Amino acid sequence: PWSPAWPRGAPWGPAGPHGAPCFRDVSGGGSAVIDMENMDDTSGSSFEDMGEMHQRMKEEEEVAAEAAATEDDAADDGEFLGMKGLKGQLGRQVADEVWQAGKRQASKAFNLYANIDILRPYFDVEPVQVRSRLIESMIPVRMINFPQKIAGELYGPMMLVFTLVAILLHGMKTSGTVIREGTLMGTAIGTCFGYWLGVSSFIYFLAYLVNAQITMLQMLSLLGYGLFGHCIVLFITYNIHFHFLFYALWLLVGGLSTLRMVAALLSRTVGQTPRLLLCGSLALLHMLFLLYLHFNYHQIVEGLLDSLEGSNMAAMQRVARDVLKLPVVVNATVKSQ
Amino acid sequence: PVKQGRNRTKRRKRSKPFAGLSDVSISEDIPVEGDISVPVGSSRQDDEFSTLDEPVKDTILRDLKAVGNKFVHVLYPKRSSALLRDWDLWGPLLLCVALALMLQGGAADGAEDGGGPQFAEVFVIVWFGSIVITLNSKLLGGTISFFQSLCVLGYCIMPLTVAMLVCRLVLLGGSGTASFVVRLVVVSASFGWSTFASTAFLADSQPPNRKALVVYPVFLFYFVIGWMILTFSTSQ
Repeated sequence: PWSPAWPRGAPWGPAGPHGAPCFRDVSGGGSAVIDMENMDDTSGSSFEDMGEMHQRMKEEEEVAAEAAATEDDAADDGEFLGMKGLKGQLGRQVADEVWQAGKRQASKAFNLYANIDILRPYFDVEPVQVRSRLIESMIPVRMINFPQKIAGELYGPMMLVFTLVAILLHGMKTSGTVIREGTLMGTAIGTCFGYWLGVSSFIYFLAYLVNAQITMLQMLSLLGYGLFGHCIVLFITYNIHFHFLFYALWLLVGGLSTLRMVAALLSRTVGQTPRLLLCGSLALLHMLFLLYLHFNYHQIVEGLLDSLEGSNMAAMQRVARDVLKLPVVVNATVKSQ
Repeated sequence: PVKQGRNRTKRRKRSKPFAGLSDVSISEDIPVEGDISVPVGSSRQDDEFSTLDEPVKDTILRDLKAVGNKFVHVLYPKRSSALLRDWDLWGPLLLCVALALMLQGGAADGAEDGGGPQFAEVFVIVWFGSIVITLNSKLLGGTISFFQSLCVLGYCIMPLTVAMLVCRLVLLGGSGTASFVVRLVVVSASFGWSTFASTAFLADSQPPNRKALVVYPVFLFYFVIGWMILTFSTSQ
């Protein structure tokens, strides 16, 4: 039930009220409606294909326009110069073509807006849709005979990853590892994006091997919404340090979001061994990542400290917070006073 | 005098035997006409906007006045488009540097590394965060230009910078529960203010049904900065 109508007639409309170009202007021609859901279900198109297709269509338009312009120029030049200008004209035309090609390449590389235009359909959501998808990410559906719908959308996953980065920063700072700030933030961003992109690519690769019906975009969206459970668990357990609470939440919330992803993957895979391989690796990675983020984080950072300043270790000695300690309820913010 | 000279030339030509030939090559016979007077009075209006010969002090003062004017707009957000129309990045730079300098020298910094990473972290969070928010709003279909959005988000850090100043002053008095409560109130108020002000400026450029999606990253951005200010404590 999600079909974004994406007007693609004139990507460069006239300037808007604040000097910004209007993107939703369809005055330049007929608008092509791309129903991404249908395309995904046939699995004839992947994330990259969409971008490439858009780029190709734009390029074709540009080339046609330039060819027409060149023809006009050539006609004028021929009339003016007559026969003796033919050789110079040919050279000029070649040079002109080279110049045009170079210009097209450069503008393509530097045109930020064009790249934004490619990504735009993946951010075409309503607040209600995002809310319902967040809730659905915690509800596993027991329907594995028929392929489940997976929304191909990137707004929710992106925001969840950034939220997870913020929560990780908070956790790392309140866990007593308040040193090397730049490294902390780089580590947080690297961990979250690395997990999201890396595991998505890995599972997509596995799915490709076992011939599962899923695209890269759907994989990114599925795993991204799966991080919602991680966000909840980590946000609670970074502030309330109960071991029992963490394990309960880990099994309940983390397990539910993992089950939801596993069910969606199961419904799109055929055969016992492929299902076991795909879903086993995904569930293992997802559950272990949560454990890793909760327990192992500041130890990793302490390892970094060891390597950075091996000489004055005595000052940096600090007890790992969560390992073998009496459960204490401490509001972390008050603790930092 | 020009007219006299031309008449004299004509007279001389008429007396020559091959007057027709000389007409072919000599072009001075064609009268040159036109108004070559320079308009003196009209250029005075342009000179008023010329900044070439004004003192450097005037230039700096005018720019500072523009920046200060935008500060007032942030303090009293009334959906004016002045902050959007002529954007600049001086104010955001000033605020960001001020915030980073004030956040420096806390207990979080090690004794030997001089607090460098703290400064860099604030800098990176402010600029990287603004860029992410801007890209997000563009992806959601906002009709605001890149630097306009950066300008608004940067200027709207001002309440949080003020809160940081207050926090440092409060921390001079001591760091007990009372001071924590005071700081919590101040930071919460300025966080709400920042979010409200930036939303007031950015909301007009967004599709009405998607404002919540645009506001969420803005909220997260100011929340992280506010949390950094709240958890700041000076080294004893």
